[in-house]
Amino acid sequence: MTRPMTMAERMLAAHAGLDEVVPGQLVECDVDLVLANDVTAPMALRTFRELGATRVFDRDRVCLVPDHYVPNKDIRSAEQAKLVRDFAHEQGVSHYWEAGRAGIEHALLPEQGVVGPGDLVIGADSHTCTYGALGAFATGVGSTDAGVALATGRAWFKVPETVRVEVTGALAAGVCAKDVILHVIGLLGVDGALYQSIEFAGSAMRALSMEGRMTVSNMAVEAGAKAGLFEVDDVAREWLSGRCERPYVEVHPDADAACARRVAIDAADVVPCVAWPHLPSNVRPAADSRDVAIDQALIGSCTNGRIEDLRVAASVLAGRRVAPGVRCIVIPATPAISRQCMDEGLAAVFLDAGCVLSTPTCGPCLGGHMGVLAAGERCVSTTNRNFVGRMGDPASEVYLAGPAVAAASAVAGHIALPDDLD
Amino acid sequence: MRFEGTVFRYGRDVDTDVIIPARYLNSSDPSVLARHAMEDLDPTFVSRVRPGDVIVAGENFGCGSSREHAPVALKAAGVSCVIASSFARIFYRNAINTGLAILECPEAVEAISDGDVVSVDTDDGSIRDETTGASFSAQPFPPFVAQIIQAGGLVERTRRQLAERGGRA
Ligand code: SF4
Repeated sequence: MTRPMTMAERMLAAHAGLDEVVPGQLVECDVDLVLANDVTAPMALRTFRELGATRVFDRDRVCLVPDHYVPNKDIRSAEQAKLVRDFAHEQGVSHYWEAGRAGIEHALLPEQGVVGPGDLVIGADSHTCTYGALGAFATGVGSTDAGVALATGRAWFKVPETVRVEVTGALAAGVCAKDVILHVIGLLGVDGALYQSIEFAGSAMRALSMEGRMTVSNMAVEAGAKAGLFEVDDVAREWLSGRCERPYVEVHPDADAACARRVAIDAADVVPCVAWPHLPSNVRPAADSRDVAIDQALIGSCTNGRIEDLRVAASVLAGRRVAPGVRCIVIPATPAISRQCMDEGLAAVFLDAGCVLSTPTCGPCLGGHMGVLAAGERCVSTTNRNFVGRMGDPASEVYLAGPAVAAASAVAGHIALPDDLD
Repeated sequence: MRFEGTVFRYGRDVDTDVIIPARYLNSSDPSVLARHAMEDLDPTFVSRVRPGDVIVAGENFGCGSSREHAPVALKAAGVSCVIASSFARIFYRNAINTGLAILECPEAVEAISDGDVVSVDTDDGSIRDETTGASFSAQPFPPFVAQIIQAGGLVERTRRQLAERGGRA
């Protein structure tokens, strides 16, 4: 019998070829997938060349996704995207997507069945933790780690302690997954789970759809966490079935596994909320944020650019118009989601309401293109970060919210709840 | 390694968006990135920083994105070492992997003021505030991490391992 282990410990042990691991232990693991994007891959490729490597460790286990500045915003970003494209073709990388088929990496990989439960994934992007929703141990690293792993298929990890966040009861109508994770980050603080792995549990978490779970896991890093994990259950099994391109392994925590900390939250305490500038932990009820006039609303990103999010936004925008003087930018996270928006009539709702409907891209989320803010401008955004200068000028402001609040705010011209609209 | 330099003192949660704003991520050239280091937090930083200078900051330094451009920009701007109360984990990895010296030492952060001259020995973690005469010692690195640093970074370490295995990972 090995010691009781958490999900994070079980998965790291399995990939390190060990029977058991303990928090704090440093292990070297075989990884199942290595991911990089158009911003981080160029540096990772430099590392790859510096190593003298000529072939990637496994052409089917490398994911290269041009999403941040793609479709290319300028000559420099075009050159970065080209470096990645040329490398993908030279190496015969099977998981490379060209603009038109590419989407935001953390929406695209799960959708396309590339990531599965039990996988150990490193990505040169901090929101790689999104795949924790699928029961994969997935974490962000830098370009050097990614470059080394491209060559070797290996990476080092410090086994994290586990924080168990249990949300029990039922969420009130109008409260979404984004509100839950903002509430959690507000409680824990932006470094509340630093160097730790979060296990999300409890009846309110189990009641979330896979899209909702991905929203939650996506923002685990905003509490400093290395990973944000959900156990695989029937909801996950159904979503995964017929989708996963490889057989997968469900990893469950032992009931008596030791956690560094347990955080119990009553779902009834979670209300629609907004993270004010300039930290994701600066959370206040949306109802107390109505004085904030906005210039832009952004509905999209790896946090809230999935079909479920767009359906919610469309239900608020249907039959209404975006307030004069406000830009509402809607960005489906992948081409498949764009297509669904057309098929379900959501695209028409957005266009009739006077929204900008964009091709999939990270774009404005990181102040890249397609919605950069001027000094003094304010944006309510379904993204995950509101740091100084995140979406443009350092004197601009970002308020993080769920899709319903973002859409209602676009109509009202200030932060608002759907119930505020006539 | 020993460094001596003037301190740039900042608060907690210094994030990667202020260390190197995303609008400059269409380049990965260290000299280009260096010109914009810390721009959104301290627009005067780049004109004032001298080779060897030290950043001292509170908890959670480097939180936010995984962009390795952040430690690269600081190093290329001339920063020799960052002393913080704690580091965000991806920044911690990236600093080690790219050879930017970092030390975790809440006591030193508490006591050191902006503009002080400090000397740092990254091998034994000793920190001395030359302006006030106070000394501190930072947490030593775990042996595995120290090994990576001694090898000259993760790339060097991996290159050696690959060579030992005859070029195959
Ligand atoms: S949508 Fe935003 S947070 Fe997500 S991967 Fe793109 S830039 Fe990063």
